[in-house]
Amino acid sequence: MSKSIPSRAQGSGSSRRQFLADSARTACGVGVFGLGLGLYANSAKSKPATALRPPGAGLEKDFLGSCIRCGLCVRDCPWGTLRLSELGDDVSVGTPYFVAREVPCEMCDDIPCVPACPTGALDQALTNIDDARMGLAVLIDQEACLNFLGLRCDVCYRVCPVIDKAITLERLHNFRTNKHTMFIPTVHSDHCTGCGKCERSCVLPTAAIRVLPHKLAKGKIGEHYRLGWKEKEKKGEALVKGIVDTPDRLPSTLPNGVGGGGQ
Amino acid sequence: MTVVTNHRLGEDALKEKGWFGSHKWLILRRVSQIFFLSLFFVGPLTGFWLVKGNLAGSLTLDFLPLTDPLMLVQSFFAGHSIATDALIGAAIVIVAYALLGGRTYCSWVCPINVVTDASNWLRQRMGLKGGVQLSRKARYWVLAMCVVASAATGAIVWEMVNPITILQRGLIFGVGFAWAVVLAVFLFDLFVSRRGWCSHLCPVGAFYSLIGLLSLTRVSAVRRSACNNCMDCYAVCPEPQVISPALKGEEKEVGPIILSSDCTNCGRCIDVCAPDVFEFTNRFNGEVEPSAPALKEAA
Repeated sequence: MSKSIPSRAQGSGSSRRQFLADSARTACGVGVFGLGLGLYANSAKSKPATALRPPGAGLEKDFLGSCIRCGLCVRDCPWGTLRLSELGDDVSVGTPYFVAREVPCEMCDDIPCVPACPTGALDQALTNIDDARMGLAVLIDQEACLNFLGLRCDVCYRVCPVIDKAITLERLHNFRTNKHTMFIPTVHSDHCTGCGKCERSCVLPTAAIRVLPHKLAKGKIGEHYRLGWKEKEKKGEALVKGIVDTPDRLPSTLPNGVGGGGQ
Repeated sequence: MTVVTNHRLGEDALKEKGWFGSHKWLILRRVSQIFFLSLFFVGPLTGFWLVKGNLAGSLTLDFLPLTDPLMLVQSFFAGHSIATDALIGAAIVIVAYALLGGRTYCSWVCPINVVTDASNWLRQRMGLKGGVQLSRKARYWVLAMCVVASAATGAIVWEMVNPITILQRGLIFGVGFAWAVVLAVFLFDLFVSRRGWCSHLCPVGAFYSLIGLLSLTRVSAVRRSACNNCMDCYAVCPEPQVISPALKGEEKEVGPIILSSDCTNCGRCIDVCAPDVFEFTNRFNGEVEPSAPALKEAA
């Protein structure tokens, strides 16, 4: 870029030209560097799905603009759950994260990592750990899950700190044996904190239940959708009165002898 | 600026003042750098949390918050409203360096300084000359670029590549490939551009330069009349352009204080000067000592 400050002895015109040329060269060089850096920063926003942020962290793009990578949350985590990303990890360098399958969040009542954060990258308004949303557990592999195979593993359900709210066991008929019930671990997003204890304790060599970022785990129904039964519940009576409820017609015997005929 | 001298750098000072006398500030600086780094290791090694965190943000004795102000500037432009703790921490840092000299951070605290000093030492030892000449203003462009890129991406961009925090955080929390960044800076300074990183490109240094614009602590060429033009101070100085106005300012009636905020207050000019022209003082102490005849004879 520039060689030196142009000599005053030169004509002011040529020194001005020299100055402008030097400045332009430096600016362009730095600009190219900046472009690369910006692209790198942008691509760093797509962290791997297995890397979960501490409780109170907002959206990834906001987190990268507010986390100064000081590691104070890591220091105050009593369980050694959190760690700072090292250069070469897939997670943006120096930022705190945890991997549920390795060390899940123990959901401390006092959430020490949150007040440790000096910048507010971890939301100080989070005082009840049950309100944390670090991710969402998803029973991702129904083919491998032991409960789906009809066994009573139940481990993810048993270890859930928000048991019977975040994970429930929903009963389904076992059509394979035709006489048993399957207890299906079912995650409820309005209670799951994403602590990862279910994923950690899944007994399979590779977990069938995983904690994923919300943007991967959650669908969303259309704004205009109205669920009739909920609307009815809200109103306390039928939305449209005077509808004739015709009887459901079912075959008198279902396949495999299930059921007991129609009405 | 490369200064060619016909003797070995610091030879005269070594003869005149002895090894310790001619390396005093260098030793103090290394002690300071090791001290500030080791503070962060007390906790992990002993369980007594003297200082938690790293240079980006720290908490001393669970009481004193310190935050890297450049980080907050980027965070601000990235569109984040910053919490009070971090603002207090940054204010303390800014006030401290406004008094001590902004770039005092560079030469007394920053761990990368050890790397680039080592690189420069090896460069001199190997007699490597030339390389890419960067503008000393480039760092301000890089600084501006960091702010613009932070605003554009919503992320604190410099932290993605900042070798200072990558090295320091790596040492404290786990190295990963941090060594590669450090090696890159070392090789860049060694083969590509003399003192390229710290004196030309680093936006952290540029930012501390701005903080130190009105710094109280400054080096003064207080005995400049005793200068024997050996040029050692220019050769040893990472920012030699700061010396001339003060050292050679007598005819132009410029004071002896090195006022440029590029000066890192490293004190190496004091060490290598046989006639002891320089000393640390405050920016308002514009006194010039009349030269001692003995010193003049020595020159």
